Amino acid sequence: MGLYRPFAELQNMTTSESQLISRDDRQTVGEQFVEDARMTCRDVNVFYGEKQAVQNVSIDIGRHEVLAMIGPSGCGKSTFLRCLNRMNDTIDICRVTGEITLDGNNIYDKNIDIVSLRALIGMVFQKPNPFPKSIYDNIAYGPTIHGLTDSNSELDAIVESSLVKAGLWDEVKDRLDQPGTGLSGGQQQRLCIARAIAVEPEVILMDEPCSALDPIATAKVEELIAELRRQYTIVIVTHNMQQAARVSQRTAYFHLGDLIEVGYTDKLFTTPRHQLTEDYITGRFG
Amino acid sequence: MSQKQKTTIEKVNKGLARRYRAEKRFKFMGLSAIVLSLTFLGILFASITYNGYTAFEQSWVQLHVFFDPELFDAKNLLRADYDGLVKKSLRETFPDVKGRSQKRKLYGLVSSGAAYQLQDMVVADSGIIGTSQKVWVPASDDIDMLMKGHIDRTTPESDRLVKDVQLGWIDQLIKEDRLQMRFNRSFFTAGDSREPELAGIRGATTGSFYMLLITLLLSFPIGVAAAVYLEEFAKKNRWTDLIEVNINNLAAVPSIVFGLLGLAVFLNFFGLPRSSPLVGGLVMTLMTLPTIIIASRIALQSVPPSIREAALGVGASKMQTVIHHVLPLAFPGMLTGTIIGMARALGESAPLLMIGMVAFIVDIPGGVTDPATALPVQIYLWADSPERAFMERTSAAIMVLLAFLILMNGTAVLLRNRFERRW
Repeated sequence: MGLYRPFAELQNMTTSESQLISRDDRQTVGEQFVEDARMTCRDVNVFYGEKQAVQNVSIDIGRHEVLAMIGPSGCGKSTFLRCLNRMNDTIDICRVTGEITLDGNNIYDKNIDIVSLRALIGMVFQKPNPFPKSIYDNIAYGPTIHGLTDSNSELDAIVESSLVKAGLWDEVKDRLDQPGTGLSGGQQQRLCIARAIAVEPEVILMDEPCSALDPIATAKVEELIAELRRQYTIVIVTHNMQQAARVSQRTAYFHLGDLIEVGYTDKLFTTPRHQLTEDYITGRFG
Repeated sequence: MSQKQKTTIEKVNKGLARRYRAEKRFKFMGLSAIVLSLTFLGILFASITYNGYTAFEQSWVQLHVFFDPELFDAKNLLRADYDGLVKKSLRETFPDVKGRSQKRKLYGLVSSGAAYQLQDMVVADSGIIGTSQKVWVPASDDIDMLMKGHIDRTTPESDRLVKDVQLGWIDQLIKEDRLQMRFNRSFFTAGDSREPELAGIRGATTGSFYMLLITLLLSFPIGVAAAVYLEEFAKKNRWTDLIEVNINNLAAVPSIVFGLLGLAVFLNFFGLPRSSPLVGGLVMTLMTLPTIIIASRIALQSVPPSIREAALGVGASKMQTVIHHVLPLAFPGMLTGTIIGMARALGESAPLLMIGMVAFIVDIPGGVTDPATALPVQIYLWADSPERAFMERTSAAIMVLLAFLILMNGTAVLLRNRFERRW
């Protein structure tokens, strides 16, 4: 809503501003590091076989912040996101170098158990992917396999509180035994968010969570993200710059595997420092 | 613009008729291919049914038998001259038959199994000794063929298996209502026999059942485990590629080769009992494994990766992901593949020839190590027999086999339609 004005201003400013960093300079600019970070990434490189998908990315993710990652298709933002909970481990040819820490512990350390890591870092995917089971079982699955509850009533409480947090409780409380796949797309995505928060993670990764949703469902998910920020750290990949502007505190711009610019969201969209960032947010390519 | 030059729409219209003709031709060819194959299928079913349906009926002759107490020794009821009883009863029915050759023709009216039937009666209830009983016994196969119209009464006597005097006796029996057509129960309850009228498929179906049991118990778990490992756990490298190529090749190996392998390994090396459903099942396991592995892998591949990611994303381990989410979704596909593999194993005869399941076995197998034969092999054996009566039994056995195959494939289709999930 408030974005149209800055965009219009930008278009006017571009010609006059000449201090932008040139397109050829791929050094990251901006506020990539924060005090008291929950996750830190240093010199992260990702390779698919011989091909390098992400180059030398260093960035911090602060507590209780929403970090948005934007960039044109194929820029490596999703790949980088999937490094944060080691989802890339499932791809045989994928190789990750560099250091990523969660609360000071390197998550690629040999002593780190991948199962407990993923319990700490939840993920929401691009396409809503509820299990083909009941709504209840969808939420209860995570707590059950991790043994978080001792009794059924505790599990019921977790299911209810997760659905309440995801803003879905009122819509589904009467049909918890019905399949999660029978919900609408937006409801399915909120179900997936509820499933992710049911295991009480510290960080939630979201890979274009709204790209398959209509505007109303998108608005609901965005509200939810703002709500969840109080309790969790959220990293969201999005193609929608307005969405990044609406939900995030900081925004990172990726271009062809390079992290070009990181900045506080309002500043990045109004006064980008890098020519590539400016080109992208003004719609010159993308 | 000159007259010669045409507009786009004219060019399009010019070729239009030709395009539609080509389409019509193509549709016609497709349709005729289907009609042709359906016709041949129809001919196959019609000819088998036409040849075989009579085997479900059988001619029975009623004998009036006097169980003469003098013939029986109470201590050894099995040793009595039951054959003589049958012959005596026949002689009493037609008292004016004289001469050896005439008598032999008379005795030829009833099956040699009649004596065993009388024996069974006496063993079951010795109280009938000393009484006169009316007993229905199976007619011999030639008489049966005549009753079913497979032997033509108008052919010259010298070319006919049933002689004129026998025709007379038969007509008299029919008039007295002592020669009847009845449902052929023994076809389903008896084992194989040299006498067509006594031969049944029980032995062969039991053998097939035990064999398929072994096959299912071994090939399903092994096949599914192999598929799950290859698809979900194994790293994709040169070795797994090699294994995949080999599995695909094994699926195309002629079945007789598996029979030879079974002969060399299971019989000669491990010394397992020859002709047993155990060895047959092991060979069939080898044969169906590639089919099941391939079908199971396809079923696993069709489970969308998003489900695996969802499970991994909430922190499920690899094995929990597979067991809780992937396997249940892939299960119907795996089951379908297994049933189709089983149907193939049921219809297979070549490998069984190599491991000795082709013997003439009268007894119905009581376990997986007893000598046995299988339904397709039984068909092969009967088709090889010269008696006219075995021809209809061959067709009837084929009908039973086809019924089983249709049942199994139908189940597979039903399962697929019922549980198939579209993503």
